[in-house]
Amino acid sequence: MSKVDQQGRREFLKKSAATTAVTIAPGVMLHSLVAEAAPRTEPVTDKVRWGMLIDANKCADGCNDCVSACDKENGLDLVDMPEGADESLWERQRPRWIRQVKLKDNLSGKITNLPMMCQHCEKPPCVDVCPTGASFRRADGIVMVDRHICIGCRYCMMACPYKARSFIHAEVAEKLTHTPRGKGCVESCNLCVHRLDNGQTTTACQDACKHQAIVFGDLNDPDSAVSQALKKYPSVAIRDDLKLNPGVRYSNI
Amino acid sequence: MTRISSMTLLAIALSGLFSLGSALAAEAVEGTAKADKLEQCVEPTSVMRRNHFEFIKHQRDLTVHQGIRSSKHSLAGCVDCHARKDSGGKFVPVNAEGQFCDACHDYAAVSLKCFECHSTVPGEK
Repeated sequence: MSKVDQQGRREFLKKSAATTAVTIAPGVMLHSLVAEAAPRTEPVTDKVRWGMLIDANKCADGCNDCVSACDKENGLDLVDMPEGADESLWERQRPRWIRQVKLKDNLSGKITNLPMMCQHCEKPPCVDVCPTGASFRRADGIVMVDRHICIGCRYCMMACPYKARSFIHAEVAEKLTHTPRGKGCVESCNLCVHRLDNGQTTTACQDACKHQAIVFGDLNDPDSAVSQALKKYPSVAIRDDLKLNPGVRYSNI
Repeated sequence: MTRISSMTLLAIALSGLFSLGSALAAEAVEGTAKADKLEQCVEPTSVMRRNHFEFIKHQRDLTVHQGIRSSKHSLAGCVDCHARKDSGGKFVPVNAEGQFCDACHDYAAVSLKCFECHSTVPGEK
């Protein structure tokens, strides 16, 4: 294809993208969902706060679809056990962004399952303790690690009340383009930030959950599915006593 | 007779070793990278040679902290364009010996840290 042709195509795409936002009435816009599937050009703002509501009642015993989808999406399944490592230790220390937690009520014997990941706190303790500024909260509420700055001290792992962070103990042979990973850095759930930055609006765990236990979306938008669900059903923040205002909420626990 | 047969056996074993060696170090085929077919990079070549690290360093902060992934200066873009394929059509890592990143960094004796974490072959689309 010639350069001129490409230019024409680009202009066409721009125009068609512009026309997908249709004005219904002054101030009311109808946006097409597919029109925004392009890499982000503007910095993220606090107009959006990403969050989740997890219904523990729908979370089925023995199902680990969200965990395996997360592993695949973020290349965690590509991390091999370091040579000579103890296998049982490895199972406890291997990087995992979602932990499966099983709760048992001693009185009634009721078992509750839930996925536990980074809760994306408004006041994250991991950010408080980070000596280098590697652990940070993005404007849109996602708590992340800038691995260019992380020195691997693991203070954040100690500080996190949710045990959400993992440490990469050895060199990683194979990694994905959108999830760089190397020896000596801490990492945790980033709400599939590469998807969000490229215009998608779902996370891998949400897509994988066949029980629809996970609702993900913008907490600041009163019309989003997650805001509507939070309005409708009773929910709690885990360790609410710490006043961290997490972005991940649970119902039926 | 036994001497001749043992010599042939040795020769076969040796040739087997050599062929194994060449299979391991897959040779990148020239002209198989996207960049091989282009006139210039995202900036003029002289600018890229001097400043590529500045570009990707700025880009990394924009991407990680502000979520901007549309800029033309991205490391994923370097890898996507400059990785060559071997004769089997498989991508050869850009930091493999003699490949785009390694060749220059080796010559200039500048150690390359990007690929301790970043992918060395173009990503899944």
